[in-house]
Amino acid sequence: MSLADLGAAIAEAAGPAVQEAFVERGQELVLRVTRQGLLPVMALLRDDPRLAFEQLMDLCGVDFPERAERFEVVYNLLSLTHNRRIRVIVATDENTPVPSLMEMWPAATWYEREAWDMYGIVFEGQTDLRRLLTDYGFEGHPLRKDFPLTGHVEVRYDETRKQVVYEPVSLTQDFRNFDFLSPWEAMTTLPGDEKVHLTREARGQIEDNSGGAR
Amino acid sequence: MSGTTAAPQDGAIAWNREALPPGPAQDAVIKGITGEMEEKGFVVANLDKVVNWARTGSLWPMTFGLACCAVPMIHAYMARYDLDRFGIIPRGSPRQSDVMIVAGTLTNKMAPALRKVYDQMSEPRWVISMGSCANGGGYYHYSYSVVRGCDRIVPVDVYVPGCPPTAEALVYGILQLQKKIRRTGTILRG
Repeated sequence: MSLADLGAAIAEAAGPAVQEAFVERGQELVLRVTRQGLLPVMALLRDDPRLAFEQLMDLCGVDFPERAERFEVVYNLLSLTHNRRIRVIVATDENTPVPSLMEMWPAATWYEREAWDMYGIVFEGQTDLRRLLTDYGFEGHPLRKDFPLTGHVEVRYDETRKQVVYEPVSLTQDFRNFDFLSPWEAMTTLPGDEKVHLTREARGQIEDNSGGAR
Repeated sequence: MSGTTAAPQDGAIAWNREALPPGPAQDAVIKGITGEMEEKGFVVANLDKVVNWARTGSLWPMTFGLACCAVPMIHAYMARYDLDRFGIIPRGSPRQSDVMIVAGTLTNKMAPALRKVYDQMSEPRWVISMGSCANGGGYYHYSYSVVRGCDRIVPVDVYVPGCPPTAEALVYGILQLQKKIRRTGTILRG
């Protein structure tokens, strides 16, 4: 069974919960799923012996600020039985919660905490939605595109208070963007490196072809 | 120690505050006393030099490997560079350490812990900042979560540059610290 057929079969079995099923780059099966349909679709993917995606390999967030539902939650599943992978994508915004996969895969807890920490995506049914990576008492969600690079606070040791204190950020030198157009940076193909660029171009054509097939 | 030391008071250390200036007179006194002492099985030396020798000869570092800089630090400890031969043995406890090697990126979340470990070290104590990240934030200088230099948290004695510094660079930094201790080290506080 080809990946495209598999995607069509899943879409048929899951009904309207699957908005779209397509194959990316010729070898990656992707499902776009509604928020309400996430749990039934995941249960189907895991428990149907023909699919048997037993493992949740990763759960991550993506931020598209220009969209109305700006966040995507991406689930990557692996079937050891069939040696197959699948990607499931759910869209959401800052306030709408996504159903938690905690009950199906306990491993989802840390991933969901990370997604909450970095993007502020809320997971409904997740009983342990604390920050995972950022500082204690951190404010904001740093991987959002509208979060400033340097954040809002910095720390230093206060000799009089004998403790580490938080203060508003003050940079001695602002962050600089380089355009890389100076004569020293303009030569992108170094003499002797032509072969690398030829193979890179060839690879780009392959990717274009697979994109067209989709 | 010259022979003009006043009699020690009870419980107080008798510091020789009326020492002879270096010169023939001092040499004569030292020579006379040394001869007397050696016959009885003692060796005479300058106390501060002995203390500095002891301090520089057993700089036990608190291993604070925070990131990839820890790897060259480990290289420096291992057989090839063998910091053992300088009497440098990595310790797991701040209470047994003389020097803290901050090796790697210091994040905001780690900063209070770093300061706590530094506070737990007993005097005299020194800090070596190893690598660009510990020196000034380095690659992560503009990050929201990284301290722009560990000298914002603890006083640093020696900065070792590099990203990461080689094991040789760290060994060189440690030798520089030994030099600094020999130059500035004193048993008198304050």
